[in-house]
Amino acid sequence: MASVSEKTEQPAILAKVKPAPWRDPPLVENRRSFHWVTEKICGIVESKTPVWWWWCFITALCIASFTGMGLIYLVSTGVGVWGNNNPVNWGWAIVNFVFWIGIGHAGTLISAVLCLLKQKWRTSINRASEAMTVFAVLCAGIFPLFHVGRVWFAWWLFPIPNANAIWPQFRSPLEWDVFAVSTYATVSILFWYMGMIPDLAVLRDRAKETWRKYFYGVLSMGWRNANNHWRNFEMAYLLLAGLSTPLVLSVHTIVSFDFAVANLPGWHTTIFPPYFVAGAIFSGFGMVLTLLLPLRAIYGLHDLLTQRHIDNICKITLATGSMVGYAYAMEFFIAWYGANSYEGFAFINRAFGNYWWSYWIMISCNVISPQLFWFKKIRENIPLVWIISIFVNIGMWFERFVIANTTLSRDFLPSSWGYYSPTVVDLFTFFGTFGFFSVLFLLFLRFLPLMPMAEVKMVMPQADPHGGKH
Amino acid sequence: MDIKYGISATFNSAKDIYEAAGKVRDKGFTSWECYTPMPVHGLDGQMGYGRSKVPCFTLAGGITGFFTGMLIVWFMNAFDYPLIVGGKPYFSPIYPFPVFYELTILFAAFGTLFGMFFLNRLPRHNHPVFEHKNFGRTGDDKFMIVIEVEDPLFDDEDTESFLKDLGGKSVSIIREPIE
Repeated sequence: MASVSEKTEQPAILAKVKPAPWRDPPLVENRRSFHWVTEKICGIVESKTPVWWWWCFITALCIASFTGMGLIYLVSTGVGVWGNNNPVNWGWAIVNFVFWIGIGHAGTLISAVLCLLKQKWRTSINRASEAMTVFAVLCAGIFPLFHVGRVWFAWWLFPIPNANAIWPQFRSPLEWDVFAVSTYATVSILFWYMGMIPDLAVLRDRAKETWRKYFYGVLSMGWRNANNHWRNFEMAYLLLAGLSTPLVLSVHTIVSFDFAVANLPGWHTTIFPPYFVAGAIFSGFGMVLTLLLPLRAIYGLHDLLTQRHIDNICKITLATGSMVGYAYAMEFFIAWYGANSYEGFAFINRAFGNYWWSYWIMISCNVISPQLFWFKKIRENIPLVWIISIFVNIGMWFERFVIANTTLSRDFLPSSWGYYSPTVVDLFTFFGTFGFFSVLFLLFLRFLPLMPMAEVKMVMPQADPHGGKH
Repeated sequence: MDIKYGISATFNSAKDIYEAAGKVRDKGFTSWECYTPMPVHGLDGQMGYGRSKVPCFTLAGGITGFFTGMLIVWFMNAFDYPLIVGGKPYFSPIYPFPVFYELTILFAAFGTLFGMFFLNRLPRHNHPVFEHKNFGRTGDDKFMIVIEVEDPLFDDEDTESFLKDLGGKSVSIIREPIE
């Protein structure tokens, strides 16, 4: 026993040397006051509509009209105006659907998972990211809705009695998807709205115009900042975060079941659920950077959205990008290791076959470009971060394109092989969704609080009643 | 015509209201409330509140959702219109599990939101504290304690001087207009 205590005795030098305390950079820079935060965030909504906003809004509306035109032409003519063919029956519709729904995932991750993990830096980005989630899910919903062919029968997807007395068929993963996506949209809206209630109350109390008093008054439900309110609110917020976490993981898992439950080579793999979830988070964080960096510059939010926030987002993008890269490699390994000739062919075809170019766009955007985020110099170069985020968005769209199309166009029998190209209607419909998304996001910027004021105030040093001594 | 609702005192920092709230509780007041721009850590304990009851609503919602999911799948695919698809059983708790799972979350989320509304007695668009001319500042950077007339210990002069002694600024009476 004596020898043990001799071994565990600390060297004398350690008593003298005190390690430097680790200090995280502050979440709100320049020692701002509560009042400054209120003025800053409310000011965005209350000030006169800026000219750039109108230009962006009109441009976005014009772009959104492309979706309108595409869909009107589709409905009045038939789904044949899309490039979908036999064997590629899914085409861009599923690609765009998975792309948009994946983007939504970062918002939920920031608001829910990072809340449970007590990552305080999430406070200044969660509202805008949740808005992104809600709008991205709305864009995603368009594609399966119109892909059903006769959109006026789309309500048959829901468990509502119809004239033929036939119910939805719950053995199909597509029906699970209906439940997953509609639940996801609903819960995202609830979570987003509930978090906004205290901030809407602040806007209500500051409102001068009558329409503002009514608009924010009705939306804020009579919230009055009472501690009893906060107590239930915080508990409800935590519970919604706890509910959204398994939800967000399940949504992309179920989306991946659309593929993985099918018996096609290249789709029928167990790696799909985690791989899709990682990819979704990756693409969503890419979109968060794409949206927030310009906002930070335009509205001068540098004190609230600091380099530390950008660093963290870049690091998550790097981590999830690497996971996605690992999944790509593992798919190839299993295709070889599984020794199934169809599976092996599907993967060789993916990298070197008729869609080789899309595969290599995917690899360079998703696996290579985020690796630049290892370097602090690059994470601090805001324009470059923004450009990389665009690459991430492009790469993740191509990932879904690769998965859906390489497999469908080359299935078991060479006699049924085909090739898929989108038509101009496909292009219009997809291009327009960016406008639709932007219209909604611009309206959000104009009328709703961009950052959760109460939550930002909570992470400021003044909010601690114990003065830092805890 | 108006009636007296309570006396308010304003504080400038989270620390001040945290300490003052403890003293108000120790004095034995029961009908009073703190108004703060954000949740103040530990203020619940200072005010003598217990744990929030929202989780009960969440649990009730979750259980309802799970069994609603089971019920619709069983009713639609096994009872009302049995349909043979892919040689799978008409009903099983396994294959439609994603449906139960999603409905559990959906109903639990509604339970949480509406439970929060119910416990907070919202929506309520009129409230006497809104009559306070600077009430809006409690959403910005001020902290306020309001002791209500209803409280058995309430006394016009004593309560006012008590709040002043606690360090409360601009102690004033909130009046509720009635017709």
